[in-house]
Amino acid sequence: MSAVPATPRTASAETAVGATASTSGGPVLSLLLTAPRPRTGWRVVPARVGAMCIVELQKLRHDRTELYTRAIQPALWLLIYGETFTRLHAIPTGGIPYLDFLAPGIIAQSAMFIAIFYGIMIIWERDAGVLTKLLVTPTPRAALVTGKAFAAGVKATIQAVVVVVIAALLGVGLTWNPLKLIAVALVVILGGAFFSCLSMTIAGIVLTRDRLMGIGQAITMPLFFSSSALYPVSVMPGWLQAISKCNPLSYQVDALRGLLLGVPSHLLTDFTVLVVAALLGILAASSLLGRLAK
Amino acid sequence: MSADPDRTAEAQAAVRCTGLRYDFGDTRAVDDLDLTVRTGETFGLLGPNGAGKTTAIRAITTLLPVPSGMIQVFGTDVAKDRMSVRRLLGYVPQQLSADAGLTGRENVSLFARVYDVPRREREARVDEALAAVALSGDAHRLAGTFSGGMVRRLELAQALVSAPRLLILDEPTIGLDPIARTSVWDRITEIKNATGMTVLVTTHYMDEAEQYCDRVALMHKGRIRALGTPDELKAELPGEYAAPSLEDVFRYHAGSGLQGADNESDGEDFRDVRRTRNTANRVR
Repeated sequence: MSAVPATPRTASAETAVGATASTSGGPVLSLLLTAPRPRTGWRVVPARVGAMCIVELQKLRHDRTELYTRAIQPALWLLIYGETFTRLHAIPTGGIPYLDFLAPGIIAQSAMFIAIFYGIMIIWERDAGVLTKLLVTPTPRAALVTGKAFAAGVKATIQAVVVVVIAALLGVGLTWNPLKLIAVALVVILGGAFFSCLSMTIAGIVLTRDRLMGIGQAITMPLFFSSSALYPVSVMPGWLQAISKCNPLSYQVDALRGLLLGVPSHLLTDFTVLVVAALLGILAASSLLGRLAK
Repeated sequence: MSADPDRTAEAQAAVRCTGLRYDFGDTRAVDDLDLTVRTGETFGLLGPNGAGKTTAIRAITTLLPVPSGMIQVFGTDVAKDRMSVRRLLGYVPQQLSADAGLTGRENVSLFARVYDVPRREREARVDEALAAVALSGDAHRLAGTFSGGMVRRLELAQALVSAPRLLILDEPTIGLDPIARTSVWDRITEIKNATGMTVLVTTHYMDEAEQYCDRVALMHKGRIRALGTPDELKAELPGEYAAPSLEDVFRYHAGSGLQGADNESDGEDFRDVRRTRNTANRVR
């Protein structure tokens, strides 16, 4: 591509007005002369969600390291904690082996861990200038946050698949009903959307990576231990049962148990809570996103 | 700062900014700024660090609210219709910013998607944008492996894919070596000639402003101190300058503020460049 002579221009400001691709030596930009027709109304959010999810999948395709390293912890939970407590018979599980009882809890936990640190990526994107550029595109803030939330959900789902495979290898009797598995994916996506929004909301408050790391570390374990992931709610002391009722992770675990193991659960309540939590999370995170743009 | 009497019947302005004021705490970054960028021109916003250039640009791009005053982009009010304004803009921020975990092509495709380029057109459009910045051959590589100049050209492609009518570049060549600088400017010039788009650019480099800008405005302490073609500004200088350069114009208008705080200003300059380099390293 030969360069256009870059001579110093003089008085006239109109030299380039109306110039077209015919300029000799320049690039041919036939398509880039017209702006694409804007999507409007309800079509905007699904389109942005799609774009963000595709980016997430592309990144995972280029670098799967995180997928592998993040599989280690759930594998240890299932292999060591799960196997040991199965032998102890210490926790009432309603007649199923403890390992089976634990598996949905660990799926929910590993999905939550991914999502809860998603805010760090938002801060990284802010520091790197990538977020700024996205904020100048025709993407309302709520649509951007929704896109990021579902991208986190997609990432969490892929992680969940890894944990499901590990659980199956350890002999957990999971369902292979495709409809139920789709519902499982939906539950994981909704949970991922909520916890990533929680993380993005905190990111919008604390604004730095270091602080968010600290807070992330501080809240993951309480969220995990106050949920029904490791033990049924019925064995908790009263005050912990009350906290557990406010913890979306409990509802996620309940739904996963019902779907994967076929034990009695409250799917309608679970889905309702998860959808409402995700919506509230999106609302909170998008109202604070502007603080990251400054 | 005066209206040009010889252009009373000018076409719709690309940017019309009146009485813009912006405060960060007690500091007035932009102070009653009036600015008109004509359709089709390359307009350079010059000034020392802290003059308010980036703040003004961020207000025009809808990143900052417009607390007082008015900004119109091709007649659309920035405060009232952000989404429409964003569709008219291509924005390349000061920082070198591309997603290091995506390939060059994926970086551009993302912007095609968020600007609603239909699927059947996407591939061809992305190809064209990559070709326009001479990155077709490297588009399959991760952006993390790109040099600073390549990242900047990739950002141009990202901005270009939506066919903006106004391209806004904030210090596009900061931290780049001379060859990369020329290459970035050559691409900008080619694209501008091919599309007829308006270019609004901020820069510290007077040689670049002189060579590539149709008109320049010198900004200092949140206000515009001089406005015109580079030749006009040089001609307006008092007689003591024998063969004035744009750098003399810069010194003449911004000098008062710089002499007193020379060190401070140098320090900021250094910080700016260092921040950009850090980003370049991170992206790498």
